[in-house]
Amino acid sequence: MEMLTNAAGREVPAEINGKAAVPFQGVGKHRPAGNKYASPIPTCIDYPEDNNKVVGSLREALEKCGLKDGMTISTHHHMRDGDLVNNQVFEIAQQMGVKDLVWLPSASFPCNDPLIAMIEDGTINHIEGSMNGPLGRYVSNGGMKGMAVLRSHGGRVQAIQDGEVKIDIAVLSAPSADAFGNAKGTGGPSACGVLGYAKADYMYADRVIVVTDNLVNLPCFPMEIEGNYVDFVVVVDKIGIPEKIVSGTTQITKSPDRLLIAELTASFLEKSGLLHDGATMQAGAGGTSLAIAVYAHEILKKKGWKFSFGFGGSTKYMVQMLEEGQMGYILDAQAFDLDSVNSIEKNLNHIPYPVYNAYNYHSKGNLTTMMDIMILGATEIDVNYNGNVVTHSDGLLLHGIGGWQNCLHARNVIIPLPLFRDRIPVIVDRVTTLCGPGELIDVIVTERGIAINPRRQDLIDSVKGKGLPLITIEELKEIAESICGKPEKALFDDRVVAAIKWVDGTVIDAVRQVKK
Amino acid sequence: MAQGVAVIGNSGPKVRSDIEVNLEITRSGGIVINLKSKVKSMYGHAIEKQCLDILSFYGIKNAILNIDDSGALPFVISARMEAAIRAITGDKKELLPMMLPENMYVSEAHRFRFSRLYLPGNNPGMFINAGLHNPDGVILDLEDSVAPPKKDEARILVRNALRAVDFYGAERMVRINQGERGFDDLDCVIPQNVHLILVPKCETAKSLKAVDDHIEKLRVKHQIKSPVFLMPIIESTLGVENAFEIAKASPNVVALAIGLEDYTADLGVPRTREGNESVYARNRLVVAAKAAGIQPIDSVFSDVGDMEGLLNNVTSSKAMGFEGMGCIHPRQVPVIKQGFAPSPDEIEKAKKIVLAFRKATEEGLGVVSLGTKMIDPPVVARADKTILLAVKLGLIPEDWSEEKITE
Repeated sequence: MEMLTNAAGREVPAEINGKAAVPFQGVGKHRPAGNKYASPIPTCIDYPEDNNKVVGSLREALEKCGLKDGMTISTHHHMRDGDLVNNQVFEIAQQMGVKDLVWLPSASFPCNDPLIAMIEDGTINHIEGSMNGPLGRYVSNGGMKGMAVLRSHGGRVQAIQDGEVKIDIAVLSAPSADAFGNAKGTGGPSACGVLGYAKADYMYADRVIVVTDNLVNLPCFPMEIEGNYVDFVVVVDKIGIPEKIVSGTTQITKSPDRLLIAELTASFLEKSGLLHDGATMQAGAGGTSLAIAVYAHEILKKKGWKFSFGFGGSTKYMVQMLEEGQMGYILDAQAFDLDSVNSIEKNLNHIPYPVYNAYNYHSKGNLTTMMDIMILGATEIDVNYNGNVVTHSDGLLLHGIGGWQNCLHARNVIIPLPLFRDRIPVIVDRVTTLCGPGELIDVIVTERGIAINPRRQDLIDSVKGKGLPLITIEELKEIAESICGKPEKALFDDRVVAAIKWVDGTVIDAVRQVKK
Repeated sequence: MAQGVAVIGNSGPKVRSDIEVNLEITRSGGIVINLKSKVKSMYGHAIEKQCLDILSFYGIKNAILNIDDSGALPFVISARMEAAIRAITGDKKELLPMMLPENMYVSEAHRFRFSRLYLPGNNPGMFINAGLHNPDGVILDLEDSVAPPKKDEARILVRNALRAVDFYGAERMVRINQGERGFDDLDCVIPQNVHLILVPKCETAKSLKAVDDHIEKLRVKHQIKSPVFLMPIIESTLGVENAFEIAKASPNVVALAIGLEDYTADLGVPRTREGNESVYARNRLVVAAKAAGIQPIDSVFSDVGDMEGLLNNVTSSKAMGFEGMGCIHPRQVPVIKQGFAPSPDEIEKAKKIVLAFRKATEEGLGVVSLGTKMIDPPVVARADKTILLAVKLGLIPEDWSEEKITE
């Protein structure tokens, strides 16, 4: 396979699954050309006059969409680990004897592990999407026929819009839908709150199937999937297992060490002035991020300040800020817990906001660049502040990129992490897989000190002499190695099992098969 | 060479940063290592080499070693291997990891002991970050938190931790076992720059003196220059009655702690949240300690989820005269420190008194007054203490007197 060295010095494949690929050119260097992809022009003639698009079964819908070998099937992940639809699509394909499909999920979950069998028997050729847990391990060990492609949430919608990947059939679960195909994330037994990951799929797919367990009268309002893009509606007993779709309640971490990191981060936000009246903030649903949100909330209350808006995934902690007056709006692509789902239904300032509108780099503006405070995680950070989120230091592919790369474009990117996990150092010489360039990562907060990227002299100056434990990233790496010992590097074969895309569709790194 | 099998350490889905070694010393067949480790690809070779070196240190040439590692740090692996080998061979030889130079700091008799964090002696995962939570002291516990069959391996693990783990300036304390086993504990830990020994279930001055004498012998033997302080824990009715004698048993006794779980059991009543059953014991202990010129330290608050309850407990404890409290969770540390710290009002008042005293001294006046009020020497002394405390806790700067005092 021909390999090219990209602008970050990483060896990447010149082509992916037979299609030429552009190596990473540097942040903000690649210019797209041409027009967006457009699906074939449909006509009303082909759809029932009463607009009742309900068909008898998912299999019938897939057959009517012309499911055949080599097609690309997209799904979203709003049913999370409770998803009961996505695996079914491939079980039906398997029964029909269809081969070599490409699965384009917005994320995968442990409930999707049965699909490994579909990769083995050739039903699925490869996956373009996140690879978690056993699925990632399987790919890392070279089990998949085609090359996996990992994209950020924003990169996924960019690739769909730009025609880098063409969706033949989008199968979109919807907690509520009407017979015309209008659909939304609230209502019914499988409510997930928001369908923020479905927009590019229904707009650009050749064929769109909406699957629901809650058929409502037209109009299903406010619709997040618009019926005039939809081919068929399928009604099933259950699209998901409710307790696995959203957590009953998200919890801040109980680990004293993580809480210490969260306190340090909040203290950094306060002392640096990044936290101020009218600021914008985004933090994930991980236990440490939630603790930071809670501490930030306390600071806002103390000062009488307010975030102008926060970007979801939403949690009850954001909802509390919204309801108690410390957050103006929640713009939300996904709801992580029941409190958030309920909030979307009742609070007009809690607004569904698709990733297509927020994260797409090939767009006329990008919401992430408006965020003052961005709290992210990572599996590894290196001494040049480069970040890895997809592989562990043992080389195994274990996570998706999620919105991580997109969020790096925020004004201030802060990554709170433990310096080592058990014996595994998190600050390393060189990240195993490059997912985000160091020029976009500003602050690393660990339990043993805060390292600020030297490119951000302004941030260094803002906290100088304010009692924070500042340290260089090299010192952090040395402390980690003095406690844990110097780790051996993972060993790889030559074969590339996955390509890592940057937000603009270029290839930033490749993941190789791990040596047996 | 003795033969036999020993299983040392911990493994299982919830275990982190520990290792279980299953060692069988055999007659022949060389050394066979089966390594299962969650960090195998990064540290597999390092772990195997470390184990081989340790076997070689003890002259073992034939063994089957099954390892189940959950990401243990090298000092833990070393302790587990040593404990396994010594359990089989009865070898007394110690394999000491390097003493970190930063662990050689000394303590003082009168340092603050608001918060002392208990670390169960056989759970290495809790050691490495303990000092980061900034407790005044860390207690590596060999007594109640270690199950009887694990006592020997915990002692070796604690010894290694005292050498290889940086506790970031916290006073280095060990709670030893009662009786003979406690003396074995002392033999092992005293040479590791231990600052303070907690003596559990202390009932008489005589028993405490025996511990003190044993430590003295070890200090001479190992040429240890710095003192080893004692904090007896009073946990019985007899102990309460003897509190003052215990406090005066040795000049090394710097604090007297009370343990209420065992005390209430001895009293034959349940321990309640209000604590009426232990008011006398606590008062008696405070008075005994203050009379002996040492610190009275309160019992732990066992509901780690109830921070409000903890703060109330600290407030009433401080009001009774206690000067510190045990912590069983790192999150209790800041609450306890805040609780024992002087309040802003107390600090402001103390500042005024100290300044008035300085002014009076400068002017050669024999009488100190603030406004129209005369101030007695003990009040000045108390204000000095409060200021010292506030500076030490970072509540006011060291050069506070150069700031303008707000009226």
